[in-house]
Parts: sequence; structure tokens; C-alpha cells
Amino acid sequence: MKRCKFTKIVAGLSVVASIMGTTAFAEDTRIALVVKALGIGFFEAAAKGAEEAAAELGGVEIIYTGPTSTTAEGQIEVINSLIAQGVDAIAVSANDPDALAPALKKAMSRGITVISWDSGVAQEGRQMHLNPSSTPLIGNTIIKLAADHMPNGGDVAILSATSTSTNQNAWIDAAKEVLPNYSGVNLVATVYGDDLSDKSYREAEGLMATYPDLKAIIAPTTVGILAACQAVTDAGKIGEINVTGLGLPSEMAGCVDSGATKSFAIWNPIDLGYAATMLAYNIHNGAATDEGSSVEMGRIGSAVLDETGSAAMSDPFTYDSSNVGDFKSIF
Amino acid sequence: MKTTERIIPDRLQSPIQRYLKSWETLLLAVAVAIFIANSFASPYFLNAWNLSDATFNFTEKAMIAFAMALLIISGEIDLSVASMIALASTAMGAAVQAGFGTPVLILVGLGTGVICGAFNGILVTRMGLPSIVVTIGTMSLFRGISYIVLGDQAYRGYPSDFTFFGQGYIWWVISFEFVLFLIIAIIYGIILHKTNFGRAVFAIGNNPTGALFSGIRVQRVKFILFLLTGFMSGIAAICLTSRLGSTRPSIAFGWELEIITMVVLGGVNILGGSGSIPGVVIAAFVMGLVTFGLGLLNVPGIVMSIVIGALLIGVIAMPRIWKMTRTN
Repeated sequence: MKRCKFTKIVAGLSVVASIMGTTAFAEDTRIALVVKALGIGFFEAAAKGAEEAAAELGGVEIIYTGPTSTTAEGQIEVINSLIAQGVDAIAVSANDPDALAPALKKAMSRGITVISWDSGVAQEGRQMHLNPSSTPLIGNTIIKLAADHMPNGGDVAILSATSTSTNQNAWIDAAKEVLPNYSGVNLVATVYGDDLSDKSYREAEGLMATYPDLKAIIAPTTVGILAACQAVTDAGKIGEINVTGLGLPSEMAGCVDSGATKSFAIWNPIDLGYAATMLAYNIHNGAATDEGSSVEMGRIGSAVLDETGSAAMSDPFTYDSSNVGDFKSIF
Repeated sequence: MKTTERIIPDRLQSPIQRYLKSWETLLLAVAVAIFIANSFASPYFLNAWNLSDATFNFTEKAMIAFAMALLIISGEIDLSVASMIALASTAMGAAVQAGFGTPVLILVGLGTGVICGAFNGILVTRMGLPSIVVTIGTMSLFRGISYIVLGDQAYRGYPSDFTFFGQGYIWWVISFEFVLFLIIAIIYGIILHKTNFGRAVFAIGNNPTGALFSGIRVQRVKFILFLLTGFMSGIAAICLTSRLGSTRPSIAFGWELEIITMVVLGGVNILGGSGSIPGVVIAAFVMGLVTFGLGLLNVPGIVMSIVIGALLIGVIAMPRIWKMTRTN
């Protein structure tokens, strides 16, 4: 009697097994897009881009996956299961550049194409890394954003994060280099809000008081741009001073609506997912990844690899009143 | 008048019957069923290397689960295990920066675990604080220290011979970690089921006052159990750090609940007093097979957590439901 029930349970579970067994598997090129964690708007948007690339290429199956929390161990479990499935390529945004390297090396040794995008993996753990943009491109973009809306030139000021922020300092240096290309644009000051809302706000107020002819505040930091927008709005100088720089659509939508910000920039996650998929596909199909080689990224152009196997995708994507509404729910 | 006939058995069940109805048998059946289900569900499942890779999903957690099983049987709990891994790993990373080699790293890893375990043990056994409160506190404390030391940085540059513990293979697909897991399982099986110490653990879990009056040094046994849990966290920290090749303060985040799930799934009574090591071993395999099987089907991690939760409740409820249907 007891035995009987036991067999029933086992039989029941085997039925479950056979139902699960109906999962199809085709001859498609299977590209896994591994993200830092599932359920993050930025990465969901990247997955949309990956699907777009798959549709364009044809015969490509995208496996969009990642751990539930942003841990390296979780990503390693995911990568192990992808290795076990023998996927054709893995494109990963890493939670930890070093911890993933052993697992990804194993993937490469079993013939899987491995690239990283957004957050990179140590060089020995991938064939190439795709940065959303590059220092010169960002430096140029932030000046261009301001210059586009001041045809007669004028004074601009930079509101940065801390004076020791590596990224911001590099971007500002790059911006200063291209400044002569924009005639009439006059950089009068660089101040530091330390990526604190209240300090950034006071620094922006200070800029407006010190330079009455100021036409634009450029903040290459998401905290600074939002605080400057608030300061300009509170001072009633919307239309006089344009706040621009690098910001998040979800935070900046209000500023764009009010007119305090005419346009701003940041990477486009859809393009990033699209480009990563294109690169993974092309490298899987034999594209070289030596220094100086160039790999196609479909509609975005081509990526040129530097001595560390890294490449930049494009200029940061510009958001203005025409598109910020579509992106504000994404990230 | 009707006379009722009564049979008084000389024992309640035959040993075979008892074995068949045991928790371990039920769990083993579940494990076999999952194994079969996985083989049907994914063409990639039945592959020696893939199965070997899958063992890494549970070996480190299971090592701690054995010590945790003893602790829970004795009526205590330790929620700080994952944070002890983080702190031990951070200490090893600091030792690497100071230029020490593999033997020192191992000592540092184990030593940190033991010190953390002793800290928990002293607070619980000397000061008489409830272990769940103490270890909720030390859970934040130990990981907090790692965050202060490391911030958003990472320790890396572990020596190449150190990678053997987490990435090495003894023979063909049999990894060092898997062998270590089996050896530790056997040692804990002997400790719990074949020694006086093990009997004392059961006695304390069933009736601490009774155990005390029977001459068992209750607080001392509990202190040793906390030390063992810390020691096992140290071993797990060595394996995990070696496997990852780097230390970040978020290492092993959330493992404490997975380890306790493993212990409870293995048939250990969460209120203390009963449980077995073979049960925990099978539970480790069940959890490893489920997560790996679902991973092969690219089931998102969130759904995986739901499946593990349902499995835990289902397996625990099954014997009760069984009993209810029999009495009806």
C-alpha cells in the first residue's frame, strides 16, 4: 500500500519531467546576454536592443539572463549553466571584473565566444569589451550639447562631481581640448558639487551670482545636473541659462518639460544591447579581435579595438523633449 | 456485549518499514525524481563535466550546512555564517596584500572563522543572549567590517597555488571541493551519529535542563558548536575566495538563508532535537540539482527562488498530508 503511493509520487514527478521535456531547441546561433541582475530597467532596455539585433540578423536566439541580486557568485552560476548548454556566445555586464574571469576562461576554452559590455571583465576573461562611449567622445558631447543651443556663443561653466573624480576629470580635460572647435563658447569656471545635491545646488547658485552673463551650466554628473536644474528653476532663469550634461531620463524628464534643460546625454541602453549582440555574433562568426581590428555593430557602425581589447560604442545618446518621455520609464 | 480484539505489537514497525518511511528515503526519491526530470528536460544535463560544474553550486554552502545542522539540532542558530565568509575572505585578501603565501592565507581564513564563531559563542553561552538576536547583530557587524575595509574596492592577486581549493580537480571531473564536501559529510556524520558528543547535541536540543542534570556541559557543547560553525565558514571562505579569485564585501551575500533552507530540507527540526547528516547531504544534492536543472532551462532566478520555496514547504508538508490521508 505504502509502496503503491510511493510509486504514484515518482510516476507523478516523471510526468512533470516529460512535460518539461518539451522545451524546443533549434539550430539557431544562441547568444546569451548576461546582466548584473534581472529586473533593472536599464538592462531590460538592453535586452530589447538585443532582440532587435537578433531580428535583424535572423537565426539568432537571445537568452536574456542574470542573477536575482548583483553578486559575482550568482553570475558564475548563470555562466556555468550557459557553458553547460553550450551556447554560442556570452555577452556579459560583469558584477566583478576579476571573479568572473575563471568561469569565463572556462567558457572560452570550450569554444564559446565571450565579450563584456557596460561593466568590463579582466582582459584574460573575454575576447573584447564594449564601452558605452569613450572619454574624448563624452568630452566633445558635453560641450556640443551647450553649444547647440547658443548660436551666438557665450559664457559656460562646468559643475562637476568631486575634484578627485577620475571619470569627470578625464571628461572635462577632453572637453577643454575640443573647446577651440566651438567658436564663441567661453568656459569661465569649473566648480565641484561633490556629487551632493545640496552642495551642487549652492555651487550652481554661486555660478549664477558670479557670472551674470552665464548662458549654460554643464554638469557631467547625474547628481550635479539635477541640482543645477533645480537652482536655475528656483532662480527664475529658465530660458536664460540652459542646464546640460550627463543625466538619467527618469530624473531629468521634469527639467526637460520645464525648459530648464534643452537637452542632455547619457548612454542608450537599447543601443548598447544591440551593439553587444552584433559584436558577439560577428566575433562568433570569425571577426578578429586583435589590437586595431574593427568589428561591425550593424546600424551603429563599427568598433575599433584598442590595446586592451576594448572599444567605444558611440557618442553618448542625446535626450530632449522629443524622446525623454519614452525613456523616462526605462532608467 | 461485543468484545474488541486488541493486538499489542512487540515493536511499532519493522526496521525495513521504518527505513522506507524515513525522511531520508522520501528526500532521496525526490532527488532521483529531479535527476530524471532534469535529464528529460534538458539535453545538456547528462554530461559529466556539466554535473561536475553543478556541484560548485552547493558544495561550499553544504560544508557550512553540516555545522549548522548540529547547531540547530542543539536548539541554537547562526545567521552570521555568510558574513563570516565575507570577513574571512577580506582577512585573507589583506594577508595577500601584505605579501603572505598560501599556507598563511589558509590559517588566516580558518582563524578568522574560528574567532567570529567564538565571539558568537561567548555572547550566547556566557552572557545567555538568544542566538538568533546575537547572530542577526553579528551578521551586520562582520560584513560591515568588510565594507569598511574594502568599500567599493576588491582584493585580488591571490597566489596561483591558492586557486587549487576552488578550481582544482582531484581526478578527471572530481573537483577538490566535491571531495572535501564528502569527507566533511562523513566526519560530521560520525560526530553526530556515533559519538557521545553527538548524543549530547541531541539531548540538549530535546531538553536542555534534562541534559544539564544528566551531567552534560550544555554551554560548553554549544560553544564548541558555534566554534565549529565559524571554522566551517572559514573553510567555505577559502574555497569560495579561491574559486572567485577575488574578494568583495558582497561575497556570499544571502547565503545564510540558503544554508538554513538546506538544513531544514534535510529533515532537521528547526526547533531542535532531531535531524540527520545523510538528510542534509541529500538536501544539498536536491537543491543543487534543482537550481542547475532550472538554470539549464534559463529559468530566471526569481522563479528559481519560488521553486525552492515551494519545494521546501512541499517536502515538509508531504509526511503530514500522508499521515492525514492514512487516518481518514
